[in-house]
Amino acid sequence: MAASSDLRRRLLATVGGFAALTIAVCLTAPLIGSTPIHMSRVFDRTIPFADNVDAQVFFVARLPRVLAAVLVGSAFAIAGVVFQAFLRNPLASPDTLGVSSGATLGAVVVITFHIDTAVLGVSAVPVATFAGSAGALGIVYAMSIARRRGTSSTVLLLAGVALSAFLGALNRFIQVIGDYTDTFRSIRWMMGSLDVGSYTDIVVALVPIAAACVAIGTLPRELDLVSIGTEAAESRGVDVRRAERVALVSASLLTGSAVSLGGPIPFVGIIVPHIVRLIVGADHRLVLPAAALFGGAFLVICDVIARTAFGAAGMPVGAITAFLGGPFFLWLLFRRMR
Amino acid sequence: MALLATAAAPRAAASRIISIIPATTEMLFAMGAGDRLVGVGTYDRFPPEVDRLPRVGALLDPNVERILALRPDLVILYGTQADLRQQLERAHVPYYPYVHRGLADITQTIRSLGARVGVEAAGNALADRMERQLSDIRSRTGSSARPKTLLVFGREPGTLRNIDASGGVGFLHDMVETAGGANVLADVKQQSVMLSTEVVLARAPEVIIELRYARGDATTTADLRAWDALPAIPAVKNHKVFMLQGEEFVVPGPRVVVATERLAKTLHPELFK
Repeated sequence: MAASSDLRRRLLATVGGFAALTIAVCLTAPLIGSTPIHMSRVFDRTIPFADNVDAQVFFVARLPRVLAAVLVGSAFAIAGVVFQAFLRNPLASPDTLGVSSGATLGAVVVITFHIDTAVLGVSAVPVATFAGSAGALGIVYAMSIARRRGTSSTVLLLAGVALSAFLGALNRFIQVIGDYTDTFRSIRWMMGSLDVGSYTDIVVALVPIAAACVAIGTLPRELDLVSIGTEAAESRGVDVRRAERVALVSASLLTGSAVSLGGPIPFVGIIVPHIVRLIVGADHRLVLPAAALFGGAFLVICDVIARTAFGAAGMPVGAITAFLGGPFFLWLLFRRMR
Repeated sequence: MALLATAAAPRAAASRIISIIPATTEMLFAMGAGDRLVGVGTYDRFPPEVDRLPRVGALLDPNVERILALRPDLVILYGTQADLRQQLERAHVPYYPYVHRGLADITQTIRSLGARVGVEAAGNALADRMERQLSDIRSRTGSSARPKTLLVFGREPGTLRNIDASGGVGFLHDMVETAGGANVLADVKQQSVMLSTEVVLARAPEVIIELRYARGDATTTADLRAWDALPAIPAVKNHKVFMLQGEEFVVPGPRVVVATERLAKTLHPELFK
């Protein structure tokens, strides 16, 4: 009884703290930008939307960007937590099993072969990206099913690295045979961008992300036990293979959706889980919600810097994530070691 | 010693040229030296005669073996291709390094390239003619109001994502200004600018011109409806969003005159009736 109320208190404090941070960041971020706007004009109903520059800056240029950043950051961070726990490897990331490379392959194929002509006003790039990640996910899933009892997760990890490298090679091959203008476009896509400009893309990505979060939400105990060792988990009654399948599929779904919304933004999925573990400890009941909230807030902050600090030219958000997150992580680490 | 002497001696005209840059290939053909080419780059498409020539790779993947096998006496490469330069130096093959810059640099390159390959008079004549034509366009549009223009050369179809536009340096910027437009990104001293929707709204262009040039690109002007998401932009409000298709917009060779004229006709249709 005492233990569970203690946990509830810690859960409340942790989730409350991170939620407060994320909400504060999300509320502040749309107010910051390279253009000065007046909030009184943004919400002035007497000016028609078509003529209201301030409202368009707020509702078309900024708000979707903040929402996309929060969603993509959360998805990558949760996926990172799950991959690191299930593969029992601190270097695992959403890209480790090749899902991100599969998504990139989808984007590069439609861009290079001009299949991306807008259909009904919707770009085919996110669709192809998602299909690519689903393809890679299918291969990963087949591997996890074929995997016999007792096979170490290192095998799955190696298979993922091989698949990722193979898909990466396909990407480069297509880029080389493609026209240089298309190659330029696909490189541009690979830098990632959260300037989605509409809410449709966000809603489309939200559905699989929410489904995956619900599935992962059933697994914190399994994640704790499996990250210690499969045998220990099995002796405590965990159906390791089932839990592993749910976890890998869900985390891959998160990765695929995040990449199709924002592009393969690096670093969030590998480092945010570690930052959160340094702050809240190893209990996945705390790590999962904290990583989701912190990952979202972190990417929103990075995107604010990307779109304001470099004048009109801007900067890809992926260049900011590692620039900001790297030193922060090192600082946390050194503080812990002293 | 003999080698040193050859290197120091005045260069002879080139008769077996390899050009791996589309712009310089077009320049050589336009100054009547196309028959001296023995190899071209992977991306060269114009004039159609290039299809008869062997391809030797391009900016990222020059095939040194194939280049040397063609026994060139001049290789025209991009200035940043340091590895290729070193390899050619070791093989004692002369090269001509070329870099994309502004509109004025194009005619300057034509003059210097003409002199280098031995068709100096033809090169000078071509450069003079182009400068005259460009200056005609400039004076024709000079007395009209200069609309604030955004020149977009990349965007994800169907959306306003990943917009790339011309900044305030380079031949695209020079072409807009020559054609009688005022580049809304003139103060950004970069050739290409990754543009957010917020910056487009803030800059409020009066005309938006989108360039499409990729081979196999089948997008139609219907794709321009993506801009309707930002109706506060003057160009969108006043239906001044245009799409121009053609490779001449991205190859800074002799066809820049045609490209600049097309821009001028789009910006000032009343002057070209």
